[in-house]
Amino acid sequence: MFIGFLLELREAKLPVSLKEFLTLMEAMRRNVAGYSVDDFYYLARAALVKDERNLDKFDRVFGHYFKGLETPGEARLEIPAEWLKALGEKLLTEEEKKLIEAMGGWEKLMETLKQRLAEQQGRHEGGKKWIGTAGTSPYGAYGYNPEGVRIGQDKNRNNRAVKVWDKREFRNLDDRVELGTRNIKLALRRLRQFAREGAELELDLDDTIRATARNAGWLDLKLVPERHNAVKVLLLLDIGGSMDGHIRTCAELFSAARGEFKHLEYFYFHNCPYEGLWPDAMRRHVERVPTPEILRTYDQSYKLIFVGDASMSPYEIEQPGGSVEHWNDESGEIWMRRLLATYPKAVWLNPVPERYWSGTLSIAMISELMEGRMFPLTLDGLDRAMRRLTR
Amino acid sequence: MARFEGTETYVATDDLRVAVNAAIALERPLLVKGEPGTGKTILAHEIAKALGKEIITWHIKSTTKAQQGLYEYDAVTRLRDSQLGDPKVGDIRNYIVRGKLWHAFTADTAPVLLIDEIDKADIEFPNDLLLELDRMEFYVYETRETVVAKQRPVVIITSNNEKELPDAFLRRCFFHYIRFPDRETMTRILAVHYPGLHKALVHEALNIFYDVRDVPGLKKKPSTSELLDWIKLLMVEDIAPETLRQRDPAKLIPPLHGALLKNEQDVHLFERLAFLHRRERGGA
Repeated sequence: MFIGFLLELREAKLPVSLKEFLTLMEAMRRNVAGYSVDDFYYLARAALVKDERNLDKFDRVFGHYFKGLETPGEARLEIPAEWLKALGEKLLTEEEKKLIEAMGGWEKLMETLKQRLAEQQGRHEGGKKWIGTAGTSPYGAYGYNPEGVRIGQDKNRNNRAVKVWDKREFRNLDDRVELGTRNIKLALRRLRQFAREGAELELDLDDTIRATARNAGWLDLKLVPERHNAVKVLLLLDIGGSMDGHIRTCAELFSAARGEFKHLEYFYFHNCPYEGLWPDAMRRHVERVPTPEILRTYDQSYKLIFVGDASMSPYEIEQPGGSVEHWNDESGEIWMRRLLATYPKAVWLNPVPERYWSGTLSIAMISELMEGRMFPLTLDGLDRAMRRLTR
Repeated sequence: MARFEGTETYVATDDLRVAVNAAIALERPLLVKGEPGTGKTILAHEIAKALGKEIITWHIKSTTKAQQGLYEYDAVTRLRDSQLGDPKVGDIRNYIVRGKLWHAFTADTAPVLLIDEIDKADIEFPNDLLLELDRMEFYVYETRETVVAKQRPVVIITSNNEKELPDAFLRRCFFHYIRFPDRETMTRILAVHYPGLHKALVHEALNIFYDVRDVPGLKKKPSTSELLDWIKLLMVEDIAPETLRQRDPAKLIPPLHGALLKNEQDVHLFERLAFLHRRERGGA
């Protein structure tokens, strides 16, 4: 029962285990949810989702998988024509645009849309109809608009508001959104957890007394990990590009967590690190620290964190003299390899959303140099990166 | 089988009700998360009340160890007793101090066990309780006996998200995230707490309350418990709905704001907003 649902959840990267799924089945058998679809949704959510960050993902999969469980509601047509047009222009090929022209332009299309909606009794899936889900049509549920613009099904016959799982109330908790002020606190908490690693041992007085008493007076020393941290971080930030805002966020983030690190050192570069790095972003043409000096100064116990969009011309990585700002005798790749050889623990944080990475050659190249240790600059990415660093 | 449907003093939303009933039916722990002040801890008390069960609360601190929930061996007392020649000293059983879990396991009727703020403890804490919560039994090394739960208690665990909980632990729980109540639910909550409250007062108070929550930059957004306190104050002071309705910019700070705004930065923020507002008015 519902095996497809489980598979679809896992497809959507929800960490659902077999045990949890069996729990759900068991609860169904005991009739916890009764026969109401809403209750089943609540039950499935309580059994399968264990983290509020995943609630939104769950809602989407649930909405997709169980679509059609409820009676389709009355169609509602309040899609702004402007938006449809803009979206269509973005998604449609020239051929399709011509087809639309042939159909009589956008006004005609809206008319057709209305007609189709009126004719539509059941639900559609797949196929090339204009409206439905999972078809080739850009209209219908789960389109490109982040609000999930939908046609129909906004109200069901019970006249209740939008179906609970379609409301997607937990969207803000989804940790794949980029870092902003909203979730900066959480991000800080992640960094703090990271900073607590690798501490020395110190004497645990209470436990020693207890253990000694238990030994009837024989001294028994107990040690616990020291509460403060020993993590050293070398932060290399890419500046002077379109990502400056993100970079600043990231720099602020790390400096806010500064007290938690034993050492935190910053340097700046543009696009790709070469033979020199800048200690101050504002005075980059005045002050420069040779990269070999940095390699000598900070030993390999430092963890290296790059922050940058890694979007540049491939020449800037591969070729001597490829830098856009100066003549570099050795290629960026060589300098990257040197940095990575010195600091085995390294990650690259990229503010560019992960789904665009494959589209840029230089991102793939840097990612390869990093041996896949490139993470998006989101809470989730930060989390993965920190976990990777402490591994 | 007992089912939880909310109580006279607690409004349970549908999703919460299903989650609680699932946890009761399958005898699994229920993990509850949510914004502070949304009634996570109260929930366990209300479940106990609704089901007519005893409640055992175990408040977790940063120094709490899993073992303390099971039992502790009081070696110091035994050492002293042995020096005083107390005959009790021969039996180690006299020095085993039972923990909350032991109490919950051996109670005559299955109680509700609340493990409050589990994220305060050490990161290994939930892992140390895995087996005990899963099988509802544990082994006492000192007396070589196994304590098995007579009936499995209803276990409610709350977390404030300060630490991630291990996956193995999560797999064994049901999970519920308490959202901040919307206006409708909040009206029901108020009705439950202060029956017969004047409708106009509720309306105006909720207007102000949600406005305050929407002010950007608040350090601590007022929550349900603060709203309840504030309404109580409004009632005691006998403040009329009309007073609340006055949107006099000079009085932008709501009356008796001390119950809603809990730190001075937030009060300052409000004063500054009021000042700006006045100036705009003056200019226009």
